[in-house]
Amino acid sequence: MMSAQVLTPPLGVHPDAPATPARRRRRKVTGGRIAALVVLIVLAVTWLVPFAWAVVTSLKSEADAGATPVTWLPAGGFQLDAFTKVLSEGNIPRWTLNSLLTATAITVITVVISALAGYAFSRLSFKGRRWLFVVVIASIVIPPQVLIVPLFYQMLTLNMVDTYWGIILPQTIAPAMVFILKKFFDQIPEELEDAARMDGASRMRVFWSIVLPLSRPILAAVSIFVFIGAWNNFLWPFIVTNDSSLMTLPVGLQTVKSAYGVQYAQNMASALLAAAPLIIVFLFFQRQIIKGVATTGFGGK
Amino acid sequence: MSTEVAQGEVSRTPAAQAAEDRPGRAARISRDNRAGWAFAAPFLFFFIMFLVWPIVHGFYLSFTGQSLTGAGGSWIGLANYSEALSDPVMWKSLGNTALFTVLSTVPLVLVALALALLVNIGLPGQWLWRLSFFMPFLLASTVVALFWTWMYNPQLGLINSMLEPFGVEPIAWLQDEKWAMISVVVTTLWWTVGFNFLLYLAALQNIPEQQYEAAAIDGAGKWRQLFSITIPQLGPTTALIVILQVIASLKVFDQIYMMTNGGPNGSTRSIVQYIFEAGFTGYRFGYSAAISYIFFAIIVIVSLVQFRVTARRSS
Repeated sequence: MMSAQVLTPPLGVHPDAPATPARRRRRKVTGGRIAALVVLIVLAVTWLVPFAWAVVTSLKSEADAGATPVTWLPAGGFQLDAFTKVLSEGNIPRWTLNSLLTATAITVITVVISALAGYAFSRLSFKGRRWLFVVVIASIVIPPQVLIVPLFYQMLTLNMVDTYWGIILPQTIAPAMVFILKKFFDQIPEELEDAARMDGASRMRVFWSIVLPLSRPILAAVSIFVFIGAWNNFLWPFIVTNDSSLMTLPVGLQTVKSAYGVQYAQNMASALLAAAPLIIVFLFFQRQIIKGVATTGFGGK
Repeated sequence: MSTEVAQGEVSRTPAAQAAEDRPGRAARISRDNRAGWAFAAPFLFFFIMFLVWPIVHGFYLSFTGQSLTGAGGSWIGLANYSEALSDPVMWKSLGNTALFTVLSTVPLVLVALALALLVNIGLPGQWLWRLSFFMPFLLASTVVALFWTWMYNPQLGLINSMLEPFGVEPIAWLQDEKWAMISVVVTTLWWTVGFNFLLYLAALQNIPEQQYEAAAIDGAGKWRQLFSITIPQLGPTTALIVILQVIASLKVFDQIYMMTNGGPNGSTRSIVQYIFEAGFTGYRFGYSAAISYIFFAIIVIVSLVQFRVTARRSS
């Protein structure tokens, strides 16, 4: 856990990310501060209880997990049986791979096409730009849930049901991200590009070697946001996959739940295994992820 | 280079002629024109393919009796819509969704604000607070549903076992109509409050320090500063969070579907679940599309109203 803090400071150069003035200001130990600290501890513990309970349950034997009265310390001691069972019998490694593959593909495609479009809307005065931009922005209001029926119909037509592309392609349109990127590109001083263009550099070259390097923070933020959303998305992958070997983690886990029935320790072990990758990444890149979510949050979701 | 000059001459518009004294401008416009479309093309292709086409096709489907099996694709006019408007299950699902939205939005805004204010005081353990409150947001809905179904288990769940010493009889949180909606709201609060918390925290850190210093010089205490500086300064953030939260809550599906499957007695079935059921368990694509469009219309209206209200307030 310490490593999360040690790793991040070099990147915490954003003016509002590191120690706030407020934090530096009041250092006196007062009654109010102690009361606030107590409240915070109670709340944080409350928020961590479901995690802790899942961990404890996953380390029990099935007999202990299903025993009453409910206890934190199992009679038979802690063990890893549930994890070994789930990992050896279940499909979890396969689903993790599927999730990684699809979420990565979705992120790459989304960021590439959104960044190109964002740049076009920001800098290139092509015919029809204004109304096209209005259409794209207006489409932010469309809830993806409304599209499930026609999209599934389309996937049937394109023979993409139960394929990776069927999972990936419909999740790559993020008008909100186009908007966020466009706003960021708007702030880059145009003179930087003009100089290169005087020297005869093409638009693509300017975009690649001047604009993109300056946009790393926003590209990282957008990527993080898109990746988390894709990794955790349930409804669409649930609809478009029936083949267990193609399922993503959230979808596969849903079938485990029904299959295992009353095996509580195994249920919790699978849930924790599914949760682990993002949580571990988060522990290492806490600051960047928080920053990314906070910047994209207002335009996204 | 030569082709570009030629192109510039072809597309010589009055505007370009007006700029005669600046040679190359027309060429540049036409070059920008082509580059612009080229840059936007990949996105536009996906946009048309996976957003425009489905939304248009879905609208068409809503006027047909299309089924999942492929049969019944003929035009039936407004029959789906009139059926939906007299379908008690649809109204019940809409009512549940509205109830969920109200019950979840209020705590999701207020608790997020309280957490952010507490953390922003600057107590030790900053990373721990952020970690605790934000981590659940990184979980897939399936994981959240597994955790909480287990917490709510009537015989073996932690919640009932913690209430037992206080003489509370075991409650069937997810199976009792009285408690099911509240229970999924509590789960949702735990799961997603971290997101709003982060947005508030970011906004708090953008309030200029000088304002507090000035207020302190004028003798304003900490509570006074909270209500006369912090809360008003957070106004636009609160407006945005409320808008995003209301829309997000209206779209609720995952956790309810997995925890209660809409039960007991359909008391937690959301409108998105009904869209899903009509289409994928009832195989009625046309009918499902019609309900989708009713839901879409509600989202648009709610967005416009909220946008109006906040725009007026800020002006």
